[in-house]
Amino acid sequence: MNITEELKQNFQQNFSGVDHQLNYVNGDNEIEVAPVDVIPFLRHLKYEQGFDFLMQVAAADYPDRSERFDVVYELFSSKNSRRVRIKTKLKEGETLPTAISLWRGANWFERETYDMFGIRFDGHPSMTRLLTHHQFKGHPLRKDYPADLQQHCTTSLPIHFEDEPDYRPDPNKDLVPLNIGPSHPATHGTLRIMCELDGEKVNRANVEIGYLHRCFEKMAETHPYNQVIPYTDRLNYCSAPMNNVGYCKAVERLLGVEIPPRAQAMRIILCELSRIIDHIVCIGANAVDLGALTGFFHVFTYREKVYTLFEKLCGARLTVSLTRIGGMAQDAPEGWFDDVLQFCKEMKTGIEELDTMLTGNKIWIQRTRDVGKISAEEAIEWGYTGPLLRAAGVSLDLRKAQPYYGYETLDFDIPVGTSGDVYDRYLVRVEEMRQSIKIIEQVCKNIPGGDYTIRDKNIVLPEKKDVYGNIEGLMNHFMLVMKGLRPPVGALYDSTEAANGELGFYLVSDGSANPYRLKVRPPCFAIYQSFPEQVKGGLVADVIAILGSMNLIAGELDR
Amino acid sequence: MSEVARSAAASVPSNANSSARALVDESRSFAFTTKIDEIVAWGRKNSLWPMPYGTACCGIEMMSVMGPRYDLARFGAEVVRFSPRQADLLLVAGTITEKMAPVIVRIYEQMLESKYVIAMGACASSGGFYRAYHVLQGVDKVIPVDVYVPGCPPTPEAVLDGVMTIQKMIGDHTPRPWKDNWQPGMMR
Repeated sequence: MNITEELKQNFQQNFSGVDHQLNYVNGDNEIEVAPVDVIPFLRHLKYEQGFDFLMQVAAADYPDRSERFDVVYELFSSKNSRRVRIKTKLKEGETLPTAISLWRGANWFERETYDMFGIRFDGHPSMTRLLTHHQFKGHPLRKDYPADLQQHCTTSLPIHFEDEPDYRPDPNKDLVPLNIGPSHPATHGTLRIMCELDGEKVNRANVEIGYLHRCFEKMAETHPYNQVIPYTDRLNYCSAPMNNVGYCKAVERLLGVEIPPRAQAMRIILCELSRIIDHIVCIGANAVDLGALTGFFHVFTYREKVYTLFEKLCGARLTVSLTRIGGMAQDAPEGWFDDVLQFCKEMKTGIEELDTMLTGNKIWIQRTRDVGKISAEEAIEWGYTGPLLRAAGVSLDLRKAQPYYGYETLDFDIPVGTSGDVYDRYLVRVEEMRQSIKIIEQVCKNIPGGDYTIRDKNIVLPEKKDVYGNIEGLMNHFMLVMKGLRPPVGALYDSTEAANGELGFYLVSDGSANPYRLKVRPPCFAIYQSFPEQVKGGLVADVIAILGSMNLIAGELDR
Repeated sequence: MSEVARSAAASVPSNANSSARALVDESRSFAFTTKIDEIVAWGRKNSLWPMPYGTACCGIEMMSVMGPRYDLARFGAEVVRFSPRQADLLLVAGTITEKMAPVIVRIYEQMLESKYVIAMGACASSGGFYRAYHVLQGVDKVIPVDVYVPGCPPTPEAVLDGVMTIQKMIGDHTPRPWKDNWQPGMMR
């Protein structure tokens, strides 16, 4: 949505003497300002223009420029689904003021920018490394850092807190330091939580992440566009197809192509199937942590059924890499859509059984109700999106707010909770599974015909029968492989509604065959930074309940 | 005649031969004989207690291995232990990063003998397609690995095959030179 004209008039009144530039490129509104003006602009956009979400802070490195770094802030308004990006250029060694006073959620995004690029933020409470280990030297996303230069880590950091990096337990107080993870069954992955306990109460807590930092963004810079797709699978590996779709959608928008209706329908089906299995893992694991093992075994039966559907489609179970830029990798086999419909029928009973097992269960309610409560304002402040935000009472779903692939033509509801506690999060997820089935059934019954991919020979590889059957196909294949898919020079931010919330990709192209910069906005990254606040003052047993309800997937958290 | 019976028969004086033989014959109805390390290996291989060290995508597939369809319990390995001190099979499922390396060495050291390690998936085996600045290029850079299971992630069938290979190694007393002189920090 082009809002530059509107903003221009507004800025002329408010920022008449301030140097700024408004652009509308690739469908994104971009305001370029000097580093000192970033905070005034952010404040104005937040309080006067209603941009209530800070989606991410990202940076990019241009070693040949005198102003070496770009730092961008993505803002979103939940009132009218508008987006705007603030961009500023920084020299080596220059600093930016922190945006934490405006959005608490800026905290980790700024720390990450420091870790990856060495850009410091003045006034930030803890300008330390976030993703790489503490013995790491240099800043890996700078262009002069080699992608494969490993630096060994020999020790782990002792327990520390944000306000006390050199923590020593006080022998005069009855406070017990407790370390959970990074290898703990209740963390389902590689999360480390450090608590200070007063009896069973959590006095304060801190988290350490980066134990699964697999350098996704650096890998994306060193691989051609289509070869990045398998890496996106491994961001949120519980619902891999959604990441494929999110990434391909961003690249397709930069290329300016629209995929055929059949591909759109297939992507919707895959996304909704993934949403179901993602919620299954989250609910199943959360219940296991609270002692309900039956639920896990029960719902995993249905997860296996979805895997079977994926296997029929492409041969892989978990990491499917099903999409290609321009459409799908291949068409669905005969009868696949009927299988999906059959699964929907079975899944409906599955959800009802799960509902019977947990929703009215006394123990489940006692363990989850009023645990980890969060208000809507706080949730927005932290950058919550997805089921957790909706559980807090904000009806925001990008499938409704900025529909893509024809979600606007489908009939489905957005479940919303009231208190934002673990129980509401569970209820929202269960209802979302029901709505996803509703969506799949509508799409499957009306599956469009036609091709499953566009046939632009500069974007999509020809079919194998053409490659082996005629010279044009062979040359076409050869040219595309050698030259690579080359989007035009430019940058954009594109987002989809993934199972955990807004999955965004900030993509910068310099016209070459590899992305120049690809920054992922992982939904659970913004959510997890609020964790120490959330568990503070609660019981240590509730730490586990809250952790499970956040559905933290280390792959997308640490990338 | 089994070995124990034979030695029992040999140790008895010749005039008691017939009564000893009678004893051996009678014992066949309620006892069997074997070597001590055979019976230990038999017990070990059929009651592997795995410690699932799931860090990434492979961890999710490992949940399927434990889950209802593939059911690792059929191989006697259903008692999942999250304390390394109670486990004898370390299932490294997923990417091990540089930051995680000191942690996994510590975990391995905490396990009691006899201990076995399966590297599940491409990342744990070799770093996989993450030839990257923060990824350990295979968990065997820091701890000794007995079985590598290929795949990204491997299918549950492949993981079951890996567990069966460990069982066979235990049963056959396969020598494990990669483990014998292992010291923390000696690899890389």
